[in-house]
Amino acid sequence: MKFIIAIIKPFKLDEVREALGAIGVAGMTVTEVKGFGRQKGQTEIYRGAEYSTNMLPKVKVEVAVSDDLADQVIETIQQIASTSSIGDGKIFVLDLASATRIRTGETGDTAL
Amino acid sequence: MIRKIVCGLGAAGASLFAATAAFAQDATAAATAAATEAAATATEAATTAAFTPTAEMVNKGDVAWMLVASALVLLMSVPALALFYGGLVRAKNMLSVLMQVLTIVCVAALVWFAWGYSMAFTSTGTPFPKIVGGLDKAFLAGVDVTTFAATFSNSVYLPEYVFVIFQMTFACITPALIVGAFAERVKFTPLIIFTVLWLTFAYFPIAHMVWYWAGPDFLHAAPDDSGLLWGWGALDFAGGTVVHINAGIAGLIGCLVIGPRVGFKTESMPPHSLVMTMIGASLLWIGWFGFNAGSGLEANAFGALAFINTFVATAAAGVTWAVIEQIVHKKPSLLGAASGVVTGLVAITPAAGFAHPGTAIILGAVATVVCFFFVTTVKNKLKYDDSLDVFGIHAVGGIVGAIGTGFVANPAWGGQGWIDYTAPVAKAGEFDLYGQVMTQIWAVGTTVLWTGVVSTVLFLGLKYTIGLRPSVEAEREGLDITEHGERAYNM
Repeated sequence: MKFIIAIIKPFKLDEVREALGAIGVAGMTVTEVKGFGRQKGQTEIYRGAEYSTNMLPKVKVEVAVSDDLADQVIETIQQIASTSSIGDGKIFVLDLASATRIRTGETGDTAL
Repeated sequence: MIRKIVCGLGAAGASLFAATAAFAQDATAAATAAATEAAATATEAATTAAFTPTAEMVNKGDVAWMLVASALVLLMSVPALALFYGGLVRAKNMLSVLMQVLTIVCVAALVWFAWGYSMAFTSTGTPFPKIVGGLDKAFLAGVDVTTFAATFSNSVYLPEYVFVIFQMTFACITPALIVGAFAERVKFTPLIIFTVLWLTFAYFPIAHMVWYWAGPDFLHAAPDDSGLLWGWGALDFAGGTVVHINAGIAGLIGCLVIGPRVGFKTESMPPHSLVMTMIGASLLWIGWFGFNAGSGLEANAFGALAFINTFVATAAAGVTWAVIEQIVHKKPSLLGAASGVVTGLVAITPAAGFAHPGTAIILGAVATVVCFFFVTTVKNKLKYDDSLDVFGIHAVGGIVGAIGTGFVANPAWGGQGWIDYTAPVAKAGEFDLYGQVMTQIWAVGTTVLWTGVVSTVLFLGLKYTIGLRPSVEAEREGLDITEHGERAYNM
């Protein structure tokens, strides 16, 4: 199993959710987050005073999937969330040791 | 040029004899008595019969408009100024700004009732009648429903209460304007003490010097019965010197004495809600129609002239600021447009009843260019922390407007010129452009000097006695919690 963490632009969330649903992802966790990458934030000007905002708002999507679905999920997020401009985000993939469904006690792929 | 005369029964006498005014309750009898007394003793003013305003000289249209205008001016303080300033500070100081503005309005209203009106708009019972009024009408002694205040027209009067109310709203907003200069770093109690003292020693004398006069029906008999700057012929229709330069300079002194915010120039301090600021700025514009168009004291064509000038000068200033930003920063900002709007309102205030709408537009645009330069360049160069640009917009915009009034009042450019009230019935005098501009500059200089000295003394006095600044820890935590024990937002 893989645990996939994607940091994406907030306005791309709905598209990503739909696309992942279409390829069989059963659930996801979404968090509003702030951060920066190579873009290093942006500059705002209030009445002539410059403020560099180094934390930009992003959305963090967390998905746990079976190994055979992982590549497809990564590819889908990469394609859907891309705008080809700076600040589109990153996808991180972790090995997932186990998963348990609390209601039934099922474990492994069947718990996803 | 909101002027005033106070009369009432004793009134006719009031400008001639100090003792008269106060106590007449029986309008008819007292008026008769006053007229008789005045006539009997006014031999030196033999060419002018004693004049007594009567209830028939009050026009209900004027009264209705002035009461509405007064409410509009109050709207400029709470909610407008409170929201405008509140949106510009950080969330941890939002509530403190709201509380400062609200409380200052309450305190100023009471001070106005207690001694402010008397100090600003009487000339008796004082050793320096040109500088400040006396205490004859303290606690509104002698003011009742049978007394009257002059307008700008012969034989047209307002109930004195109406004039007291209208002017009260000006005394309320002016000290509230100051707090923006040192927002986010002042203790509440010393600020309120400052407000009472500053009103007493700066606002009331300047209001007296600029706006006090005997009224058109009285001035020809007593041409010296006016404030110092009025006597010079300085033009200030709705408060460029009295309100904006006065408050703007006090704000600058305050921000210099108190010092910059903790983290100034090293931490980011962006406004916490430009939506609030937009709401506040828009309400300011609406309220300003009462401020400016009410300052003619009558519901007539000059009120309409002040209204349209307030509209177009402001529009021009808002557009100008946005255009400058488009050129300089490549992006027109909402805060910029709102700042332009306030600049236009400030700049047209002294000129509202004198300018042609065409020159009003030019005045608004010119003031915006100057204020933009001060707010973005001068402030950054000199590194003073005028948090919300009270000096940069109110003082600088007020000075441009006050001096500009000397130009736009020129009848050759569509202006209204000046009126010689000492020659009944009041009529237009020959306009001297150079002389008028010089007079305006003198009036500006006098105001800057007076409020500068008074404000410096008061701020330094408070700083070295009870202190003006919260501790660094309190400032970091925010004034909402440390000064008031509550938050603007609980989320």
